[in-house]
Amino acid sequence: MLRFDYLEARNLRQAISLLQRHGEDARLVAGSTDFLVRWRQGFWRPSCVVNIKGISSLRRITYSARNGLNLGALATVQAIELDPRIRRYYEALATGATSFAGVQVRNLATVGGNVCNASPAGDTLPALLAFDAQCNIAGPEGARTLPLTEFFRGPGRTALSTGEVLTGLKLPPPQPRTGSLYIKHSPRGAMDIATVGVASVLTLEDDGRTCKDARIALGAVGPVPFRASAAEAVLKGKEVTADLLAEAANEARNQATPIDDVRGSADYRKEMVEALTNRTLQYAFRMARGERLSFEEQRRLAVQTAF
Amino acid sequence: MQKQPLEFTVNGRRRQLLVAPYYSLLDTLRDEMQLTGTKKGCDEGDCGACTVILDGKPVTSCLVLAHSARDAEITTVEGLASPDGLHAVQQAFIEKGGLQCGYCTPGLIMAAVGFLQDNPVPSEEDVKFAIGGNLCRCTGYTKVIEAIMLAAETMREQNS
Repeated sequence: MLRFDYLEARNLRQAISLLQRHGEDARLVAGSTDFLVRWRQGFWRPSCVVNIKGISSLRRITYSARNGLNLGALATVQAIELDPRIRRYYEALATGATSFAGVQVRNLATVGGNVCNASPAGDTLPALLAFDAQCNIAGPEGARTLPLTEFFRGPGRTALSTGEVLTGLKLPPPQPRTGSLYIKHSPRGAMDIATVGVASVLTLEDDGRTCKDARIALGAVGPVPFRASAAEAVLKGKEVTADLLAEAANEARNQATPIDDVRGSADYRKEMVEALTNRTLQYAFRMARGERLSFEEQRRLAVQTAF
Repeated sequence: MQKQPLEFTVNGRRRQLLVAPYYSLLDTLRDEMQLTGTKKGCDEGDCGACTVILDGKPVTSCLVLAHSARDAEITTVEGLASPDGLHAVQQAFIEKGGLQCGYCTPGLIMAAVGFLQDNPVPSEEDVKFAIGGNLCRCTGYTKVIEAIMLAAETMREQNS
C-alpha cells in the first residue's frame, strides 16, 4: 500500500522551506481533490504532502474597478462561482467555475490547484487565460510574476521550480462594453472532463459595433490550454458581423492541435472548437452590447453535452 | 508512518482519535469511527456517495485528507435525525420513494441538506444542478428531485 507523511504549513515561508527540504519527495496540496485521485491511481507517489490549506491569507478574493480581480490561490472554485463581482465582470470565469465537477468537489478544489495541475482540460484555465491573468509566485529567491500564458509547460508541467508556490492570480480590471462566456463540451452534463472548452472575451468600441479587443482561449485541444491569437487578430479593429465571427471561429479551429481519445476524435474536437468559438463570441458580443444574461441562463449555456 | 492525533467535531460530539497521515476523511469515519452510513462508491470524487457536510458545506469525504479536517465541524447522515424524528429531507425521501437500493441515498441526502440551507426556495433546475455530483443507478432521479422539492417546502413551513 502507498503511504505518505502529512505536513502542514502555517505560513508561506514555512511552505517554501518544507518544499525545499523535501524536494521531489514532497507534493503541495490544498483541496487535495486531484492529489488523492492521482495518488490512489499510483501516478503520484510522494513520501510527504505539504498542506497549505490553512494559510488563510491566500484564500481571499478582492476586486476593485481600478485594480481588477485578485484571486488568492486557495480561493475555492465554489467561491469563484458564487462571487457576485466575478459573475458581473468576469462572466466566463464564473461559467468556467460552474461547469467544474460537482458542488462537493467545487467546495474543496482551489483555483491555484486547478492552475498548478496544468491539465489541458482544466475548466477555469481558458477563462483565466482569456482575462490575461498574471501568476503571483513566491519562492526561495523571493516573489515573481509571470503571465499565465507562460506558466503551462506541458500536460501536468508548470514553470514552478522546486520550492516555489503559486500564491495567487491577478486579472486586469474589466473594460467597458465587454462580454464573455465559457462553454464546455463534454460527454455528460455533469462531472465529466471537457472534450473541448472555449472562453471568449470581447470588448467593443464606443460605437457598439467595432471590436476593440478580443481574447479567445481553448482547452483540451492541445498539450496545454492556450490563446487562439490568430483568431483574435481576425476580430481586432473590425466591425463585428456574423461572417467575421465565423471567420474567427475557423481560425481558432486551425490553431487547435487536439488528440484522439475516449472523449472525442481529433477531427471532432476541431469541429467543436469552431462551433463553440463562434457561439461564445456571439454571446460575448450580445453581452458587450449591454444584454444581461442571468446566471441561470449562463449556467445552462456553460455545459453542452454530446448525449 | 504512525497514526497521528486528530480532533474534530462529528455530529455535535467532539472526538479525539489517532489517524494515519494518508487516511481520507471517508476512511476515518467508516474504519476508525464505525460511522458506516457514509458510503464509499468510486473513491475518486465522481459518485457523491461519500458526501458529508464539512464546516457547513457538502464535500466528497473521499477527497478530504482526514488531518486537513482538524478542528472542523462534520455532519454525517447519522447526525441528521433528532429525538423528535427524521430530518425533513430523510422523511421526504421516504414519502416520495426517492430511493431503491439505497446505496447513494446518504450522499444524496447530505447533498440536499447542504443545498437547501443555501437555497431554501429552489427551482427544479436548481435541484438538478445541486445533485449533479451524485450518481444514482436505480431511481432515474425523478423521485429524488420530487423528494428534495418536498423537503424544501416542509423546511420552509418548519421555519415560518
